[in-house]
Amino acid sequence: MTTAPAKAGWRFRQPSVIPGFGLTLGFSLAYLTLIILIPLSGLVWRSAALGWVDFWAIAVDRRTLNALKISFGTAFLAAVVNVVFGTIVAWVLVRYRFPGRRIADAMVDLPFALPTAVAGIALTTLYAPNGWIGQLLMPLGIKVAYTPLGIVVALVFIGLPFVVRTVQPIMEEVDKEVEEAAATLGASRFQIIARVLFPGLAPAIITGFSLAFARGVGEYGSVIFIAGNLPFKSEIAPLLIVIRLEEYNYEAATAIAAIMLALSFVMLLVVNLVQTWSRKRYG
Amino acid sequence: MADPEIKSYEPHHESQSAAVTESRPVKAVLMAFAFAFLAVFLLLPLIVVFHEALAKGAGAYTEALSSPDTRSAIRLTLLVAAISVPLNVVFGISAAWAIAKFEFKGKAFLTTLIDLPFSVSPVISGLVYVLLFGAQGLLGAWLKAHGIVILFAVPGIVLATIFVTFPFVARELIPLMQEQGNGDEEAALSLGASGWQAFWYVTLPNVKWGLLYGVLLCNARAMGEFGAVSVVSGHIRGLTNTMPLHVEILYNEYNAVGAFAVASLLAGLALVTLVLKTLLEMRYGAELAAARGH
Repeated sequence: MTTAPAKAGWRFRQPSVIPGFGLTLGFSLAYLTLIILIPLSGLVWRSAALGWVDFWAIAVDRRTLNALKISFGTAFLAAVVNVVFGTIVAWVLVRYRFPGRRIADAMVDLPFALPTAVAGIALTTLYAPNGWIGQLLMPLGIKVAYTPLGIVVALVFIGLPFVVRTVQPIMEEVDKEVEEAAATLGASRFQIIARVLFPGLAPAIITGFSLAFARGVGEYGSVIFIAGNLPFKSEIAPLLIVIRLEEYNYEAATAIAAIMLALSFVMLLVVNLVQTWSRKRYG
Repeated sequence: MADPEIKSYEPHHESQSAAVTESRPVKAVLMAFAFAFLAVFLLLPLIVVFHEALAKGAGAYTEALSSPDTRSAIRLTLLVAAISVPLNVVFGISAAWAIAKFEFKGKAFLTTLIDLPFSVSPVISGLVYVLLFGAQGLLGAWLKAHGIVILFAVPGIVLATIFVTFPFVARELIPLMQEQGNGDEEAALSLGASGWQAFWYVTLPNVKWGLLYGVLLCNARAMGEFGAVSVVSGHIRGLTNTMPLHVEILYNEYNAVGAFAVASLLAGLALVTLVLKTLLEMRYGAELAAARGH
């Protein structure tokens, strides 16, 4: 062992007796570069090669704008639904004891495990006008399958576990004594939830929202079956990328993908800022 | 303000005081909401898959599954998972070793990069390989000159699958190995074990359940991936159709029994994954706690 230098200068890594740093880091970096970084930078390079004029023309094309609006709008709505119901589901799973709780808890991960195409055809069959749920909604004048509402339904399915699984562990950590203290000080149940519990859960809820939203924006498999895919009405951005690719319009496909990546990146940044703010405010 | 009367101030309370839990009706309403939501959004889609698959009887079901195209889709899906999952396991172990066992500059950045594929749309994950290897792609001309086929063939499907399943194993192992620290390995090394021996006999047994957990999730995604694979596959029946892609083709041909029969196999895989995952969490919950979250 070398003696610890009192004031060593810049050092790439701390000394350690464990071997294999060079091998494992080298292999990981090489694999990461080959599989992820080179292909992704190819996308950036191709869209940069387009030039601003062409890029802008594709970006403000009415069909592109509509597809982006539909993707981000439906993903936002679905994430809001998931925040409300996901938080209720997490609360029920954490706080209440009932038979079948373990099964209900395990079921929450179904959207992680079920292939998106399977979810897509199952939801479409359920919500089609002659489906189990569709025929109940038909008399009410609500059409779900083959409309933007169908996209929201599919994205609610896809996003649910993201909210539940981020909120649930934080709920489990909540110290009941804090609630008891608030109660003994005369707070009502509602006040305790709003003033004591919610602030602690807010960062997790925001994280869950952003994960569900990000996943929803990019989702393809489950949506294309139920959406109807009418240009300008129910055509999502990932589908438009596929359509442009099938037309051999690589430029348009690349530009739309670059816009989606940039928007998602901005969104993640905003969410991070909101999170830092909420931690400061409530943490 | 709420009424000042303090109802429950016992040092130990067998029943929860009213203010620390919801009233009975509120509880009932919340549970009803949660159950209705889970039933409509999770249970019904699962039931409908098996219902539709068996709608025309068991005979039609087995017939649908024994068609040559379905058989080849199943084989391709198994092949793709058999290549991509082990590769991501090797990467996951290697990345976790570097990140969890050592302190170095840029570690947080590297961890973020590993998670990158989760925030990229599956369609874009496929697209990047089309831009790289396609006829108009950066390497397209070179590949053609050398007679190498990647796109619209098995290598492309494998690459796209590796891309989308990239983080699964690593992100289970990294927090788990960080939690366990270096003490065991240092003890083994000081007793004269080689680095490999420390890994095989100390680290690997320590993380085996977390590893299995990661493999399970990685495999479920690898076999079920649709968007990325759809972009690079070319949809050649009997050749480059994986099971999820075959589901789409059958469904679009209005072959509901066929589509749902293949879908039922994938749903079965999902159920097996969930059961194994739950069992792992129940038996090794404490061990996995650090790695939980996804």
